[in-house]
Amino acid sequence: MLGWRTRVAVRAGLVTAGLSRALGLGAGSMIGGRVTLALDAHALRRLAAGRRVVLVSGTNGKTTTSHLVAAAVRTAGRVAHNSGGSNMADGAVAALATAPDAEYAVLEVDELHLAAVAEALDPAVVVLLNLTRDQLDRASEVGATASTLGRALAHHPHTVVVANADDPMVVSAAKRAARSVWVAAGSSWLGDASSCPRCGHTLTFTTTEHGEPGHWECACGLARPTPDWWIEDGKACTAEMVLPLEIRLPGEVNRSNALMALAAACVLGVGPDQAAAALREVDVVAGRYAVVPRGAQQLRLLLAKNPAGWAGMLSMLDESRPLLVIINAREADGRDTSWLWDVPFERLTAPQVVASGERAADLGVRLSYAGLEHQTVADPLAALAALPAGEIDVVANYTAFHQFRRRLSRQSDHRRLDKEQPGPGTGVAG
Amino acid sequence: MSTESTITIGLLLPDVLGTYSDVGNATVLAQRLRWRGIPAEVRPITAAETPPTSYAVYLVGGGEDTAQQFAADWLRRHGQLRRALESTAVTLAVCAGLQILGRSMSDASGHHYPGLELLDITTAPGRRRAVGEVIATCAIPGVGSLTGFENHRGVTTLGPGSTPLGRVITGIGNGGGTEGVLTDRIIGTYLHGPVLARNPALADHILHQVTGQVLPPLELPDQAALRQTYLQRR
Ligand SMILES: [Zn+2]
Repeated sequence: MLGWRTRVAVRAGLVTAGLSRALGLGAGSMIGGRVTLALDAHALRRLAAGRRVVLVSGTNGKTTTSHLVAAAVRTAGRVAHNSGGSNMADGAVAALATAPDAEYAVLEVDELHLAAVAEALDPAVVVLLNLTRDQLDRASEVGATASTLGRALAHHPHTVVVANADDPMVVSAAKRAARSVWVAAGSSWLGDASSCPRCGHTLTFTTTEHGEPGHWECACGLARPTPDWWIEDGKACTAEMVLPLEIRLPGEVNRSNALMALAAACVLGVGPDQAAAALREVDVVAGRYAVVPRGAQQLRLLLAKNPAGWAGMLSMLDESRPLLVIINAREADGRDTSWLWDVPFERLTAPQVVASGERAADLGVRLSYAGLEHQTVADPLAALAALPAGEIDVVANYTAFHQFRRRLSRQSDHRRLDKEQPGPGTGVAG
Repeated sequence: MSTESTITIGLLLPDVLGTYSDVGNATVLAQRLRWRGIPAEVRPITAAETPPTSYAVYLVGGGEDTAQQFAADWLRRHGQLRRALESTAVTLAVCAGLQILGRSMSDASGHHYPGLELLDITTAPGRRRAVGEVIATCAIPGVGSLTGFENHRGVTTLGPGSTPLGRVITGIGNGGGTEGVLTDRIIGTYLHGPVLARNPALADHILHQVTGQVLPPLELPDQAALRQTYLQRR
């Protein structure tokens, strides 16, 4: 039973969310949650009371992984989930408030807010995917983030941390938890992780003959823990069982995300077979991986917001498809576009590339230095006109992705309206 | 140096300091040489090796606190490299790299540690982190306006004989109206972006020093638009 203060706060939050939606200010869950938190700082704690909570965090893959975990946990009961990706504390409040009867909560949490949210929720499971540089103008130091997380995890003796054994930053944080389950989830990019998060010395990495990330260690004693979960012959393995790991989402990175999700669901007590079967059904995650028809083009929408995300993205791109890359540098993207220079664009094999977005010029300069011929068209919809009919991969960073989706759906709404109303609008080329 | 020989750009400690896309500066220098028919290569120099001292250019990048202290210790241990930076090579030092080449730095807890003393500067933590776009007027003739993104807490004080790299128009830079340091062989700056991608004239100034040649101009698509975007701000 919620106290009256919390109830009033939640009501106010829901009303604000509706208002913000009505005013066209956005999905509403962010601003709604913010009002709730302001009115009752304990709302999060009280809303989560009595539920079993899974928090999913890390720099990359938290939206996808939280969708996979939620799908698996839904086989065991009702789930509150911030499926839209509002991943600050207020997004968590909004998700809990809109599903008061759910006995489980699966919450994607921004890595910088994880310590505070974990403090309030005392989660059953924390899934820690990876910690790399994302937005240095916001999270000034990855190492500091890892140690804050480590301190927070140490305060929760009942929390099981499902952690990526291949990410040294994650391991340095998760080692401080009372209970941890180590998953060999790989690391496609070690740009931030080559120096030891504990002492600053250079880590020693050894790669297996298959080129898989293998062991790593530091002179100070920090080393890769022995994994409890790993992938072998395309299956998810533990010492006790072998489970199918068949997923529809593309790319190696998503196989790793699925392995993390499966481990988390099993730790929570979900039946392993049901969990594995549920993962198979997930195909679109908050609009990502969706294929959107537009005129004679089919656009596959992908999101990558930092070098580590791009390193995983390169294995998902179809090398025969033209590529549209859209880059913004708003607050939520990070204002500094320097990260583009850590993306190995040199490896792109697309037959045609168009640079777009509010920072199209930054991207265009980067592509030139990568030796890639390209066109630069700042407006992404206009950029589509420069590309041929057929399948096109579209990769955008955070705000660019959401802007582009909104504009695509607004356009298709207009077209639908045009078709319904007799008039000259129907002939507009798509 | 003749056009026939390959110009090597040493990227110092990318495994320790490479947190702020400094590899981009190396990419820019190497490509601008290659596009003019001068062979160039980028050589990362990791902490595990004894650093080569014969390279034409060295880049020292940004890094986090622990990484910065480790890098300063490492550089001090390799005295022959210090001599190369002082007397034979051209060096670009960015952010933490700039601080490391100075006399001393202090961290947030007030702990002092020594730098390489190649630059007459000292750095102490400021009250607030300086984060955002910077525009400065460059002291090097012909380079014009500098644009870059700063992200640091250091306030850098220049010794009496030191020349700043530029005068700040917007942003913080060193603090006190100046940005970076300039000597015969070293350019120190707080600017990311990377700075040489945003300011090709600064890249060509370094390459002119290295090759001794007047290099033909390069026209890159998007470059003018990029500079216009950042230099028009505020
Ligand atoms: Zn260590």
